[in-house]
Amino acid sequence: MAERMGFFTDTTVCIGCKACEVACKEWNDVPDDGFVFRATSYDNTGSLGASTWRHVAFVEQDGRWLMMSDVCKHCTHAACLDVCPTGALFRTEFDTVVVQSDVCNGCGYCVPACPYGVIDRREDDGRAWKCTLCYDRLRGGMEPACAKACPTKSIQFGPLDELRERAQERVERLHAEGVTDARLYGESPDNGVGGTGAFFLLLDEPETYGLPPDPVVTTRDLPAMWRWAGGAALALAVGVAACFAGRKP
Amino acid sequence: MAECHPVGFQWVMEARQRGTKVFHIDPRFSRTSASVDRYLPIRAGSDIVLLGALINYVLSNGLDFREYVLAYTNAATLVNREFRDTEDLDGLFSGYDEETGRYDPSTWAYEGDRPEEEELTEGGLHHAEAAGSDSYGARGAGSSATPPSDPTLTDPRCVYQILKRHYSRYTPEMVEELCGIPPERFRELAEAVTANSGRERTTAWVYSVGWTQHSVGVQYIRAASILQLLLGNMGRPGGGIMALRGHASIQGSTDIPTLFNLLPGYIAMPHAHRHDGLDDYLEREGSDTGWWGNRRAYVVSLLKAWWGDAATEENDYRFDYLPRLTGDHGHYSTVMGQIDGKVKGYFVVGENPAVGSANGKAQRLGLANLDWLVVRDLVTVETATFWKDAPEIETGELRTEEIGTEVFFMPAATHVEKEGTFTNTQRLLQWREKALDPPEDCRSDLWFYYHLGKRIRRRLGDDDIDRPVMELTWDYPEIGEQRDPSAEAVLREINGADADGRPLASLRELKPDGSTSCGCWIYCGVYADGVNQAARRKPHTEQGPVALEWGWAWPANRRILYNRASADPEGRPWSERKKYVYWDAGQGRWVGPDVPDFEEDKAPGYVPPEGAKAQHALAGTDPFIMQSDGKGWLYVPSGLSDGPLPTHYEPHESAVRNTLYGQQSNPARRTIDRPENPYNPALSPRFPYVFTTSRLTEHHTTGAMSRPLPYLAELQPEAFCEVSREMAEELGLENGGWATIVTARTAIELRVLVTGRVRPLRINRRTVHQVIMPYHWGYGGGGVITGDVVNDLASVVLDPNVYIQESKAGTCDVLPGRRPRGQALLDLIERYRHG
Repeated sequence: MAERMGFFTDTTVCIGCKACEVACKEWNDVPDDGFVFRATSYDNTGSLGASTWRHVAFVEQDGRWLMMSDVCKHCTHAACLDVCPTGALFRTEFDTVVVQSDVCNGCGYCVPACPYGVIDRREDDGRAWKCTLCYDRLRGGMEPACAKACPTKSIQFGPLDELRERAQERVERLHAEGVTDARLYGESPDNGVGGTGAFFLLLDEPETYGLPPDPVVTTRDLPAMWRWAGGAALALAVGVAACFAGRKP
Repeated sequence: MAECHPVGFQWVMEARQRGTKVFHIDPRFSRTSASVDRYLPIRAGSDIVLLGALINYVLSNGLDFREYVLAYTNAATLVNREFRDTEDLDGLFSGYDEETGRYDPSTWAYEGDRPEEEELTEGGLHHAEAAGSDSYGARGAGSSATPPSDPTLTDPRCVYQILKRHYSRYTPEMVEELCGIPPERFRELAEAVTANSGRERTTAWVYSVGWTQHSVGVQYIRAASILQLLLGNMGRPGGGIMALRGHASIQGSTDIPTLFNLLPGYIAMPHAHRHDGLDDYLEREGSDTGWWGNRRAYVVSLLKAWWGDAATEENDYRFDYLPRLTGDHGHYSTVMGQIDGKVKGYFVVGENPAVGSANGKAQRLGLANLDWLVVRDLVTVETATFWKDAPEIETGELRTEEIGTEVFFMPAATHVEKEGTFTNTQRLLQWREKALDPPEDCRSDLWFYYHLGKRIRRRLGDDDIDRPVMELTWDYPEIGEQRDPSAEAVLREINGADADGRPLASLRELKPDGSTSCGCWIYCGVYADGVNQAARRKPHTEQGPVALEWGWAWPANRRILYNRASADPEGRPWSERKKYVYWDAGQGRWVGPDVPDFEEDKAPGYVPPEGAKAQHALAGTDPFIMQSDGKGWLYVPSGLSDGPLPTHYEPHESAVRNTLYGQQSNPARRTIDRPENPYNPALSPRFPYVFTTSRLTEHHTTGAMSRPLPYLAELQPEAFCEVSREMAEELGLENGGWATIVTARTAIELRVLVTGRVRPLRINRRTVHQVIMPYHWGYGGGGVITGDVVNDLASVVLDPNVYIQESKAGTCDVLPGRRPRGQALLDLIERYRHG
């Protein structure tokens, strides 16, 4: 397997141009997501979804306008992949998580499984869609379209280990410059999803950007649940058996 | 800049990461404001107060870069005794004629300049009728390269003292009162700008149409020029005033102009009633000292490029073939001529005036009164479809069946379907390859004009009136099945050639005797050695930071203009840190990473001999080589029609009284008083809000290139206005709801975005609300999204120098809810006009 590849999105240099959204759609042939004026700052695409794989959030605060380009996190422990019954979702040689649209049967199990609300089904064809981290481009030795289009290097693509190092240095520098709000989100392998392949440098609490503060892979408790269920079934069986065993013919 | 030039803005972001402090001054808190160190909200139309106060801060605290100012600017030059400043005349300069609303600029001249009678009118009345070329920086024929001066800067008639007095009342308190910027914020800005100027450091200013689209637009830029000259920030790395011009090749379209008053290379278009022949024209258009002293070589070479062998010394090189101006033929007078039935035909190429120009109704009434209209564009823009879907159809002011205009829509090739150059704002020409043939009937503009020219020539004969067209050199190689003319052949012609047809290497080779040809003298050298220099793409990793081998910059591949000023008068770098172009005495030449913008071997100690001409009349210490005195002009003695110094005037339609002068607005501004162009009265309580128009990253100008694209359209799908929470509360506007914006021209409806980014300003001790409106929408345009036309709100009132419209500052009323339809809309406007 090749090195694990991912995104480091540094929101401190994001200028909200949405070139990432457009480049993503152009390359991946993602349809438009409707023409709705949402009156939510400059955000008219709302959230990540089946037809929005990069989404720029605009957060208006007192004297500050935060912008963040959100994307699928490509989790170490990816619940969407765990629950997919057809094998449409798979882990690539770059350690990214991709849906094969020709295998997906549209069951939708992956949708509630994602702790970030990323993957979604398209109404018209019923299948599930999300960021592929431009799997085809990666196989061709190119960087993903969004990172390529980003004019300020807010979206950086590369081997995850390198990105984590770079991000750590960036946070330290920002702290030294007095930007004490700067923090990384998702980079830690100790978090609830075992670390994400796409992580972020934020200037406020994750909730401010619409990100879950403490995401947990939804399938984390499955083995335990199965164990409990198995134990309960066994106990039941033992009990039932005992009942029968106690009878005298 | 982040909104309109996000790709260029990456360098600002990089500079910030390297420690550059960035301020953003704008009525609107945009994506730029979000990405800088300090954002200063300002009332639209008040920038000269701010810039003037910065000038005053520099002068009254003695913070000017004195050595630079003394040597390189006209600070010491003495001005005519008769000159009276706005301080003397309550907002007017001397020479104002109440009746005509024009200035006679003769009293603004330097001491000792004795313009002839005709020259007097040239800078004023005539000049104002036909905007001047850059050769006006010349003070007319016969003026001295060394006018009288006072190097001690103490004479009350020297420019320095005039400047000091002119701006003495532009104080931080005035900035607070008129701009809405608190004194502590002003101080922070002033300290940063001055601390980052001088020998060791430089400050740059960046502007776009927010500075130009005003009735004092030219003077906004002039004000920045004064500040930059006082601080020594011109001709030096990291300095300058950067105009973020429109995209693609807007710079190219003034270099090789689409402007009525210019010939290629900023040469003045001849005037029918002013110029008799070539000699007469050359004598009047510019002075003999400074680089424009070479203008005969440029004009003759241009005529040779256009009329080839037919242009000879005996026939004045066919100078009589050039079209002549008879007055103002600018955009808005053309439109008024259409309404009056004087203009019968109209080419609209890559423009969409029905949406993009001020007072859209007047535009469309003009279109509806033509015999024929040609629109060349990628999609059927509103200018091509006005006859069926203009707002005036809905109101009944126009009826499709009564519009006689024959509309020809010619589909255009996109930038990937044609070869050629883009000239960007830093004068850099970059060659573009053709990736594929345009589909179906789509063709390049080059194809269109070339083949149109061929067809016209086939219909002409040998009548005298046909000769200017028949004798044109019109013979470019045709390429491929579509017979697209070779753009490289055109670039070669622009570059120019010697008598043997060999490409010229430099504009210094241009001759006044007809032995050279050149389509645009400032572009001479772009095809040096027969090589397309604009197509060079050597990566920055393989050359120095000035990157002379990436594309080609006019003139002579210089990347920083006037870079002689990057060295001190003796030719030494001002500092090691800001070392750029400097004199190497050993080699006897100017050296450095850039091409020197100076004669390479002219020593700093060079003193011009008596009677010297052109550049030879300028000393070794005169870096501003286009000026007749080689100096940067703090004060402009000729060439402007509204005053030698920038002065704060309120916009024509203003909600605020000018507290600096009794004179409310620019006295020389051009108004068009016609029923199609009614104005909101100044200070009218019926129009209490200030509006300004804006742009968004997601769209491009009138939306013709972005609204048809779903991926862009979905990002900003509806026309909207941005208002403050306070204003929304005052008027009952709901976020996401509708607002109707009213001016004397019309009313439009927009969705409402209530945001804390827009703040009410305190101006003259009262609250002023500003409405911010992106203008990218129209009623059609082949777009998947449509919206009301924001520019329909704007009036046509013009800067008197260049005739640009004041669309960045106006007044309006705002009503909650959608606008009325049909006749009811006209009734509403009628009530506002007369109610």
